Amino acid sequence: MNTLVTENWVRVCEIDEIPRLGSRVLKRDAGNIAIFRNAQDQVFALLDRCPHKAGALSQGIVHGNTVTCPLHAWNIVLDTGHACAPDEGCAQSFPIRVDGSAVFIWLA
Amino acid sequence: MNKPRLVVIGNGMAGIRTIEELLTLSPDLYEITVFGSEPHPNYNRILLSPVLAGEQRFEDIVLNPLSWYAENGVHLHLGKTITQIDRKRRVVIASDGTRAEYDRLLIATGSSPFILPIPGKDLHGVITYRDIYDTEAMIEAAKVKRHAVVIGGGLLGLEAANGLKVRGMEVSVVHLAATLLERQLDTTAGRLLQKSLEQRGLTFLLSTATTEIVGNQDGAVAGVRFKDGREIPADLVVMAAGIRPNTTLAESAGLHCDRGITVSDTLQTYDPRIYAVGECVSHRGVAYGLVAPLFEQAKVCANHLALMGIGSYKGSVLSTKLKVTGIDLFSAGDFLGGEGTEEIVLSDPAGGVYKKLVIRDDQLVGACLYGDTADGAWYFKLLREGRKLGELRDHIMFGETSVGDVGVAGHSRAASMADTDEVCGCNGVCKGTIVKAITEQGLFTLDQVKKHTKAASSCGSCAGLCEQILMSTVGTDFQETPKTKAVCGCTDRSHDDVRRAVREHKLLTHKAVYDFLEWRTPNGCATCRPAVNYYLISTWPREAVDDPQSRFVNERVHANIQKDNTFSVVPQMKGGVTTPDELRRIADVADKYHIPMVKVTGGQRIDLLGVKKEDLVDVWKDLGMKSGHAYGKSIRTVKTCVGSEFCRFGTQNSTQMGIDLETMLANMWSPHKVKLAVSGCPRNCAEAGIKDVGVIAVDSGWELYVGGNGGIKTEVAQFLVKVKTAEEVKEYTGAFLQLYREEAHYLDRTVHYLERVGLEYVKRRIVEDGTGRHALYERLLYALEGLPDPWEARIGGAHRREYIPIKAIA
Repeated sequence: MNTLVTENWVRVCEIDEIPRLGSRVLKRDAGNIAIFRNAQDQVFALLDRCPHKAGALSQGIVHGNTVTCPLHAWNIVLDTGHACAPDEGCAQSFPIRVDGSAVFIWLA
Repeated sequence: MNKPRLVVIGNGMAGIRTIEELLTLSPDLYEITVFGSEPHPNYNRILLSPVLAGEQRFEDIVLNPLSWYAENGVHLHLGKTITQIDRKRRVVIASDGTRAEYDRLLIATGSSPFILPIPGKDLHGVITYRDIYDTEAMIEAAKVKRHAVVIGGGLLGLEAANGLKVRGMEVSVVHLAATLLERQLDTTAGRLLQKSLEQRGLTFLLSTATTEIVGNQDGAVAGVRFKDGREIPADLVVMAAGIRPNTTLAESAGLHCDRGITVSDTLQTYDPRIYAVGECVSHRGVAYGLVAPLFEQAKVCANHLALMGIGSYKGSVLSTKLKVTGIDLFSAGDFLGGEGTEEIVLSDPAGGVYKKLVIRDDQLVGACLYGDTADGAWYFKLLREGRKLGELRDHIMFGETSVGDVGVAGHSRAASMADTDEVCGCNGVCKGTIVKAITEQGLFTLDQVKKHTKAASSCGSCAGLCEQILMSTVGTDFQETPKTKAVCGCTDRSHDDVRRAVREHKLLTHKAVYDFLEWRTPNGCATCRPAVNYYLISTWPREAVDDPQSRFVNERVHANIQKDNTFSVVPQMKGGVTTPDELRRIADVADKYHIPMVKVTGGQRIDLLGVKKEDLVDVWKDLGMKSGHAYGKSIRTVKTCVGSEFCRFGTQNSTQMGIDLETMLANMWSPHKVKLAVSGCPRNCAEAGIKDVGVIAVDSGWELYVGGNGGIKTEVAQFLVKVKTAEEVKEYTGAFLQLYREEAHYLDRTVHYLERVGLEYVKRRIVEDGTGRHALYERLLYALEGLPDPWEARIGGAHRREYIPIKAIA
């Protein structure tokens, strides 16, 4: 039952299912994951929970390599999950692999 | 590693500020080398007086510690004075032989004290007041000497005199003019200042010219002699009779100088490779000796050094503050007045308060305040904006607090607040926290305060207060938020610049805007993208493409995000009128989707709170009602009273009028939210007086009011026009809202727009110009025609992916 999770690389979607400069939500019991796509078609995954007050980062505006949380406008860097200065905090990030057009996420 | 080389001569506030601005714009462009004559890193020269008075230490006033230079890769040569610029070989040479080649050169050599050319000027014990060395010399002298004479009753002289007095010396101030600070204060205020300083034990010799400094047999100062033959004893003489720009080096390099080094509006000297900023320059014939202009120059200069090539320096309006603890004075602009000006004066000599405001052509052109300077920043702002005073004239003397309670424009209570008083109610930031951040982090602008403290970063109603705190904390260093503010950090362009470019060059996409206006970021940020999106779709309806990824979540999803990431749903209920059938469906939906709260809103509608995003489309479908747009920078609701249909006082059918307006404006996007109300009689039960457009029925027709606001700051709507027919109500309302849609800056409510352009302008466009009004109305109807209801579109399958998870896993 948990095989998908323990197999580590889990197939998520085709890259075109995520809007450019946007995101989609991967629903998960242990907390949703936001899957982002930037203008260069790089894909990133962060726990969908802002380190500030748990806003859904997936609902934010994506610009450059950053997403702005919809609740109080904290800026979170997509590849590391770190909040931009002067805010401090970090959202958990997950490794992503794009194979052709298929997007995989590493869930340890 | 073939970066161009930038050499800076002068390690003071102007030069280093330029480098800081340059590093933010373009961190890796240059190999930067800085030469400074003093053996110290850049410190805040403005705060030398508090050091002299023993209120601060040198360590407290350092702006850039040595580690800053290292971290930013700036080569620093301390204690080295540049003596030659070889413009042919593009190299500068220091007195110790150090050479540095340059591709661009920045001269920021500052100014020197003016030494009176009188006998005895070189005696031991004659000093100037310019840098930390002088300050330390005065501190040392005060320990062993008794009689100080300060020559010069200007800002610097008085601060020096006060500092020496605090350190225990007998101090006399000699001044050529008849009153103190005659360039900053009028006679009355100057006298008040003199009285107050005399009470602190200072002695003044006014209208007095110094002819000689008398020495003793050891070559040290013994006294000062005046033109009228008098002589007083002195063992320390401080020359503070003005400053002169340091131009010797520039002149020897053949650069044109006139009082200071002559620079253009781009801060370039006659040699285009060489820039100059600060007290050493002469710009349009003016040499500045205060810090605020230097910072403005630094910003422009850095922009050009960063090869951005925009921005020009047009000169500065100055304000003055004396840094002597316990003495409040402020002056700005043409405070002396004269022909063609009027003066408003408040004088309470016994209470030590004096205020003079100078007005010309209904604009504030000068202010001189003594004793109570709380409104200084406000007056300075009015002065710089050149705003027509109008009705404000009657209240202006009583200060900003007399004009309103709290709010948008900002109010002046900073000085009277305690450190524990809350400034920002949204983020719980106290005055003390802000002051601490300003002094410890060296903040100079409102934006920096917002970033570091979070104050004024949510609703923004305390922005004015924060600006006041900035001003009272840093004094003349304070940089007022520019009027034509850049849209955000991605660009230096203003909202008007963007609008104009979109219109004149027919830009239709985000990419076109960012390319055309040379945005610094590839795809903007969360601040500029929604603004640009609005400008595109409002300027080119049916042509520009609305980009959902540039919309804030609420407008993208068409529901309002809540703190727990659920959404609220407000169906349209035109004029606040509903039916039993609609209410039944709302009740059924609330049951079916386990909606935790059902609430009546202030806009006469019903709010379903706590809806999961995945349920939104189904909820809308089951409701079978249209979107109420309760989530957007858009038309919200038209509040109504029951009107003549039922009410015994009603004069017109206000309910139907409201429904008609709401129908007309359906799906309208705007710079900010737009709220309307229609009342059926002057009792005004629909609260039309605090709406963007308020309509009040009277027996003979309809009165239209605009620019009201019930939010952050309550603003009463202003009377625009009275019309006869319902059709006219629609046309005038539509034309006004279209004008607002076409000309307001993104996120300005109608009240802010009106404040900027003035009611008279709006009356000209809407009331007096019938053809123009009609054209505006037509443009609005054209933009709105055929827009789909967003909920209906999504029930039909539009933007499906937005609402469903991409995948679910355990």
